[in-house]
Amino acid sequence: MFKKFKYVFGSVRQYKKYALITPLFMIGEAFLECLLPFIMSMLVDTIRNNSASFTGMDAFTTVYEYENLTLKFTINVTILGIIGVLLLMSLLSLFCGIMGGRTAARASVGLSVNLREDMFKKIESFSFSNIDKFSSSSLLTRLTTDIGNVQMAFQMVIRMVFRAPLMMIFSAIMAFISGGMLAWIFVVLIPLIAFGFFLIIKNAMRIFRKLFKKYDALNESVEENVEGIRVVKSFVREDYEKQKFNRTSDYLAGNFITAEKIVALNNPILNTAIHLANIAIMGIGCYFIFKTETVDGWGYTLSIGQMSSLLSYGIQILMSLMFVSMIMVMLVLSLESVNRIYEVLIEEPSIKNPENPIFEIKDGSIDFNHVNFKYKAEAEKNTLSDIDIHIKSGQFIGILGSTGSGKSTLVSLISRLYDLDDNGGEVLVGGVDVRKYDLVSLRDAVSVVLQKNVLFSGTISQNLRWGNKDATDEEVIWAAKIAQADSFVTSFENGYDKYIEQGGANVSGGQKQRLCIARALLKKPKILILDDSTSAVDTKTDRLIRKALKEDVPHITKIVIAQRISSIEDADQIIILNDGKIDAIGNHESLLKNNHIYQEIYYTQNRVGGDK
Amino acid sequence: MPPRIREHSRAKKGTMKRLVKHLFKNHKAALIFSMICIAFNVITNLSSSIFANFTTAVLTASISPVLEGGAANPQFGMNPFTDMIEVSVMGMNLATNLTTLLIVLGSIYFVGIFASWAWNRTMAVVTQKFLNEFRKAMFNHMQDLPIRYFDTHQHGQIMSLYTNDIDTIRQFVSQSLPSLFQTGLMCITLLVTMLLNSVWMTLVVLLGTIAMFLNTKHIGGKSAKYFVKQQMSVAKVEGFIQESINGLKVIKVFNHEDESLKDFDVLNEELRYNSTEANLHGNITGPINGNIGNFVYVLTAVMGLLIFIIPGFNNLTLTYYGSINLSTFMGAVVSFLMMSRSFSNNVNNFSQQVTFIVMGMAGASRCFDLMDEKKEIDEGYVSLVNVRYDENGEMIETSEHTHDFAWKHPHGDGSLTYTPLKGDILLKDVDFSYTGEKLVLKNVNIYAHPGQKIALVGATGAGKTTITNLINRFYDIADGKIRYDGININKIKRADLRRSLGIVLQDTNLFTGTVMENIRYGKLDATDEEVYEAAKIANAYDFISRLPDGFNTVLSGNGSNLSQGQRQLINIARCAIADAPVMILDEATSSIDTRTEKLVQEGMDKLMEGRTVFIIAHRLSTVQNSDAIMVLDHGAIIERGTHAQLIEQKGTYYQLYTGAFELE
Repeated sequence: MFKKFKYVFGSVRQYKKYALITPLFMIGEAFLECLLPFIMSMLVDTIRNNSASFTGMDAFTTVYEYENLTLKFTINVTILGIIGVLLLMSLLSLFCGIMGGRTAARASVGLSVNLREDMFKKIESFSFSNIDKFSSSSLLTRLTTDIGNVQMAFQMVIRMVFRAPLMMIFSAIMAFISGGMLAWIFVVLIPLIAFGFFLIIKNAMRIFRKLFKKYDALNESVEENVEGIRVVKSFVREDYEKQKFNRTSDYLAGNFITAEKIVALNNPILNTAIHLANIAIMGIGCYFIFKTETVDGWGYTLSIGQMSSLLSYGIQILMSLMFVSMIMVMLVLSLESVNRIYEVLIEEPSIKNPENPIFEIKDGSIDFNHVNFKYKAEAEKNTLSDIDIHIKSGQFIGILGSTGSGKSTLVSLISRLYDLDDNGGEVLVGGVDVRKYDLVSLRDAVSVVLQKNVLFSGTISQNLRWGNKDATDEEVIWAAKIAQADSFVTSFENGYDKYIEQGGANVSGGQKQRLCIARALLKKPKILILDDSTSAVDTKTDRLIRKALKEDVPHITKIVIAQRISSIEDADQIIILNDGKIDAIGNHESLLKNNHIYQEIYYTQNRVGGDK
Repeated sequence: MPPRIREHSRAKKGTMKRLVKHLFKNHKAALIFSMICIAFNVITNLSSSIFANFTTAVLTASISPVLEGGAANPQFGMNPFTDMIEVSVMGMNLATNLTTLLIVLGSIYFVGIFASWAWNRTMAVVTQKFLNEFRKAMFNHMQDLPIRYFDTHQHGQIMSLYTNDIDTIRQFVSQSLPSLFQTGLMCITLLVTMLLNSVWMTLVVLLGTIAMFLNTKHIGGKSAKYFVKQQMSVAKVEGFIQESINGLKVIKVFNHEDESLKDFDVLNEELRYNSTEANLHGNITGPINGNIGNFVYVLTAVMGLLIFIIPGFNNLTLTYYGSINLSTFMGAVVSFLMMSRSFSNNVNNFSQQVTFIVMGMAGASRCFDLMDEKKEIDEGYVSLVNVRYDENGEMIETSEHTHDFAWKHPHGDGSLTYTPLKGDILLKDVDFSYTGEKLVLKNVNIYAHPGQKIALVGATGAGKTTITNLINRFYDIADGKIRYDGININKIKRADLRRSLGIVLQDTNLFTGTVMENIRYGKLDATDEEVYEAAKIANAYDFISRLPDGFNTVLSGNGSNLSQGQRQLINIARCAIADAPVMILDEATSSIDTRTEKLVQEGMDKLMEGRTVFIIAHRLSTVQNSDAIMVLDHGAIIERGTHAQLIEQKGTYYQLYTGAFELE
């Protein structure tokens, strides 16, 4: 547990100085806070003891003798002097308080900012299989809510971690000085209270932690309802959903009440302790004082002043004990968050650059040598089995197969989005195993237009320049022209400066696909992979894209996954995948003659006159 | 939908009153009980300090040989534990002994502890019960809101009502409210006692209080301002992270990690600034107020001294004016100083709650906004009932599940008529606008005769989905009429109208639960066999059986463990089991590959047999065998006819069909 806290808190880095200096200020503040009442009582006592001699304004400046019975010392003071000291100390305490508050804020916010950056960086370094492991909503929670919790816990820790125990120790010392052996009453009480708190926290925490999970589930169900409100309403399931929600909500409330009832014992226990101590001290103390004053030679002496300061220090001890327990609660509550952040931070990207990587990709040839692949080691069935394909640089390859036949998996191996097992065969690009290349160089040379096309909020030209951030306007237009995007982009009011909303919501599906192709082309890759990237593009434009690709960038190896036969019928090789295996490889004519699946798709699409 | 900043960060006027009213509605007794307990708590605190003073006085009286002024103390040497000793504290005279006092004090403490436990516990219970009611009320109200609400509000913002905003209300009810009451009560009591001691010194304390309020308002206000800014920065960062995580694969294939990190850093830095300012100002309010308290302490002491030493500067209290005896006055100054300290502490405690109160009110205000949204109005009175036919062919209403339905139409004179449900749908001269300005549909006319398959074709934004939104009354038309079996759909009970329409949407929304439960969503009392049957119709049976736990496989995160195509198949099964007489298929098979679609098609054809079906699809192959195809463009129907007729016409449909034109 401490290892994780240490690891996560370690992200404080450049704000470490603030984190270290905060406790100093807080110690200063605590020290002054303990000292102030002492000086205040000095003021009160001086006024009270000497009031008989007050005559005029010189009362402020006359030197009086002040004797402290508790600490057994005597000094000469003036009222003005005490006031001056008080004001000075108050100013100092103000300074410490303000500085401590500032540095604590800087340190804790700094930690959360660094953590967010660290996690974001880490997530960006994740390989596809890492990404698949964490769901996107869980990553988002970790980056927001969990970091918020850690920030709060951290601030609490650096502000209180020394302050509360110090207050306790200081008060304890003062209690012993003023009360002598009477202070032992607290020493007996403290472990009892601590034990009581411990029991409460332990029991309540157990319920709370269980409930937080349930609470998350409740919020998830709200989310599902908000997202799926059309389904709820069209099936007229409003009441059903209400009942479901109300049941969970009732369950939560019931259990929270149980837990809160336990927590509500906290204060009474503390108060009982304080008051028991008070009564005991008063009873015994009064007896001692009475004996001290009326019986000579009584071994133990106690004055009223000593007793009352013992009482107030006692309260301080118990209060700081409560603070310590609050810190514990805070830490325990943030434990879950720390865990979840830690999980992300220590996750190792499963695909890393090799040592002495090769930076140069010779050409766009691709070889799959008896490749077997599965996503999870424990999966029973291979996603790809015995794939053996050899593609020459500059060829146009079509891949066809039904949903789940392994098409996307196959192409994702080329740019090393997933890694093969040691005995899973090998994938070569330009004659070299992909695992030997520098990752950035490999992915620059292999451009993939993913099935799930994503444009980012920003202008069209910003989006296209993802492919190459230094591309000139001419290059951008060149790529857009090949992807048949230039014509519609220039028809927009702002042309290439049109702003794309998050997820590309304000362009049509076909336009989005063409922009994605242009973006991929701008990389000037050696291999271009289009994973079902023209499904929303009309057949005519689709044909134009293929024509432009063939004529303008003939040297690029093009791999096209498609549903429509028309998109791939003029490919050099067409690969038919079925259930992770190669069913056939050939060209349009040979497959039409010999391959059952190809024939079936061809005739389905042609009977109805082609898709669209 | 463009991302919007949360509408208001400040609470509307009257929010506090409304929240408290809500709170009191069901928990009046508990709250009043809590208030009484808090009052008890305050009283016991004060009286215990008075009794503690008596204890000291009794003790002093028994151990001081001389009284003030030099006279011998007649009570000196008496046993303070057993003998009755006469003392005077704050003007109260009492003859008592320490044993009695300690017992009384113990009892007072006991009552105080009990009161404090009672209100802590009661408030904890009230808070949870209230939050539960509030949450349920909010959710139940939300479920009845029209689709428009969900279309015009960011879902993340709706979600944050249930998470962040409810939490701020929890803070308010469980912490701020009792603290407000307690400190208020304490302050009033202290103020009165202080005034009884010295008006001048009280003035000093009040001046200090004003300074504290000003500080809280100024610095605390700054903190609140930055907290609001921080919320906005958080929203921005969240949006960016969400976009990045969803597009992470694209980021990776483009080696774009460094650039997006740079963009992230800019937002993160902005968040850092606002968050630091917010926390920083929040952190220093307390110390400043605390030290104003210290200053006040010193100033009160000075004031006390001045009253004493300046000739003619007489003490003024609520009940007395004039110069007073020295020792009495000095006792008053000392106890006054203690009170002023406790007063400052209370004011400081109160100011610590201000941020929570501001945030709680802003949260409550947003929650109330949701609860103030108008529900879908349902003025329909025609209901859908199952019927069976007797031997004469007459319809008889029945509670059994038959496959025959009828519209039950009550009339003004109390008579009932039954119209058999046939699925005849007519849209006549329909105009519609989402915003009230730009017409999305213009003068649309559609007739679907019972059992017909009507296809809607057109580009994104042409208005296809809008038409279906109007038929099931997700939205209400602006002009024109829609008739269902000759009945104005506004007269049909909304729930019954929707129950008669089976809808498969393009966005597949599945719920957390098993596959079985998800399919059964269409018909809650369906047997397992019915579920299997529906899955077979949708051609989903095979893949479901191959899942790790078959039909009992738990889906979560909107079925993220399934492919989009598989989700659509479950979607279709869910609709199939509902067995509605009229069906709307909005891009129901868009993510299913052509080969699988062909298989699904067979089941669908069976399902659509004899039913009126509206079908929206991109793939023209999906709509080809429809009885009528409507081609929409910018909200108007530009072509209509069968496939053959439209091909013949050589219009837009023909161009789409031959691939010369792009749909979306």
